[in-house]
Amino acid sequence: MRAAPYLMSLPALVLFGAVVVVPLVMTVLLSFHDWGQYKGIEPVFILKNWEEVLGDSYFHEMFGRTFRIAFFITLLTAIFGAPEAYILNRMKSPWRGIFLLVILGPLLISVVARTLGWALLFGGNSGLVNKALSGLGLISAPLPFMFTETGVIVALTHVLMPYMVLAVWASLQRLDPQVENAAVALGAGPFTVLRRIVLPQVMPGILSGAVIVFALAASAFATPAIIGGRRLKVASTLAYDEFLNTLNWPLGAAVAVLLLLALVAIVWSANRLVERRYAQVFS
Amino acid sequence: MAFLELENLRKTFGTHNAVDGLTLGVEKGEFVSLLGPSGCGKTTTLQMIAGFVEPASGAIRLAGKDLLAIKPARRGLGIVFQSYALFPHMTVAENVGFGLEMQGVAAAERTTRVGETLELVGLGTLAGRFPRQLSGGQQQRVALARALVIRPQILLLDEPLSNLDAKLREGMQIELRQIQRTVGTTTILVTHDQAEAMALSDRIMVMNQGKAEQIGPPHEAYEKPATAFVANFLGKTNLVNGATVRPERISFAASGTPGALAGTVRTRIFQGNHWLYQVDTASGLVTVIRQNTGGEMPAEGGSVHLAWGQ
Repeated sequence: MRAAPYLMSLPALVLFGAVVVVPLVMTVLLSFHDWGQYKGIEPVFILKNWEEVLGDSYFHEMFGRTFRIAFFITLLTAIFGAPEAYILNRMKSPWRGIFLLVILGPLLISVVARTLGWALLFGGNSGLVNKALSGLGLISAPLPFMFTETGVIVALTHVLMPYMVLAVWASLQRLDPQVENAAVALGAGPFTVLRRIVLPQVMPGILSGAVIVFALAASAFATPAIIGGRRLKVASTLAYDEFLNTLNWPLGAAVAVLLLLALVAIVWSANRLVERRYAQVFS
Repeated sequence: MAFLELENLRKTFGTHNAVDGLTLGVEKGEFVSLLGPSGCGKTTTLQMIAGFVEPASGAIRLAGKDLLAIKPARRGLGIVFQSYALFPHMTVAENVGFGLEMQGVAAAERTTRVGETLELVGLGTLAGRFPRQLSGGQQQRVALARALVIRPQILLLDEPLSNLDAKLREGMQIELRQIQRTVGTTTILVTHDQAEAMALSDRIMVMNQGKAEQIGPPHEAYEKPATAFVANFLGKTNLVNGATVRPERISFAASGTPGALAGTVRTRIFQGNHWLYQVDTASGLVTVIRQNTGGEMPAEGGSVHLAWGQ
């Protein structure tokens, strides 16, 4: 009888092994193989690719950019997404549903389509965004958005915003509305209530949203590929290029595995931090 | 002029009159309960005093001052919520000290007063715990301490004991009454539990459909209910020949007693300290409560004669 649970989870385990573990192990192995312009891939065990990825300043720049972009996107989604979720949560019945749909609706549209939309808005010096900004008198000369980190950050922030809103929304749902009233009755003003009472309670939500957004931003492909293009590569577009343009699969594999390891390390330590900090308070 | 005055207070939600022309005066140091079934407007009344709900019309005055002109955050009232509404991310001491912090009380004095108040509610040793690590009764005490530490002009209690189990509730009732006597804070309790209201209050206001049915000391309301609603809400009653009779006032008499009502015992329930009888009589079903003195009692199906001081 004790074997039953294992047997029942066997189909899922087989599927997981076949589509996740096996390709992953093969990618890791691939990253230790050799490659040459004329000889192709040689199944030997060498550290050449890893030495290159870890030692070459070109790759440092790529990874630095990837995580810098991901960091700013995470920051922006937190700054805009958390108040957005809070306002949404305080809305009355029909509007709440409508605006939730407005915020989550983009998830129903392909990332490629949404990014192409941003590309149209950015589109060179006469793009709509630049026209609007100069029309409002905010800028005197057009800002470059296409093929810049700014453009990638703006577009990806929009793409990933729903994940932050959802995470914060979930933690707001658990909030007892009377707790805010209790603080008010004790003499706290609206700003103090937000800072001292609401924010600390939704902080775990913001942090878990941040982990999701950071991981998705650092591994995003479509948006950096369209907005950043060849001129502004990040880790994922770099790996893609190594695989499909240079055809240096082992080097691409090393880039991909390094991105995966870095992400796992960051997400894992962020989770540990959250758990340690909040274990006592929110069981 | 009373310390706290509610004058012709009204509040409507849509077409529903939640509070319908309520007038009440509460003296300083008094413990008054707003008692009634759910939806009678008692909680709305409390929230209007606290400032979370704005009345449609009417006035609330505290020590002669118009309370409605003061923001909720400046009213200086102590409130204990039904859900306790403790700050989950703060320790017990931080919870209790929050109100003092908002008042700008210096840290040293804050620590002293928080310590004193926690001693008052019997939680002196748990200052460093988080709310999640406390039992329901302990959380309740923290909420009480948090409301009392700011030395409020009025203490508002919104069904504070309804989340506790029966035994704990009884203990807390006694303790709450003692604490209120000790600190002497004017207190308004909202409850649907008539036993709780009667046990704690100097006066009770029985409410129904947004109106006050009766305002008076518990004993008076129980003995001389102004309306049939009050009589029913404050305990079991019998309507015999147009008169309201409390079940515990009816006794079994010998046959032939003048004015006694003959009947047959339909059901008999033993409840420890008393017996609960349902007796079929010519004027309908009569409920009788008799003290359990250990003696022989009429059995089901037996014929009895009911007498009470007419």
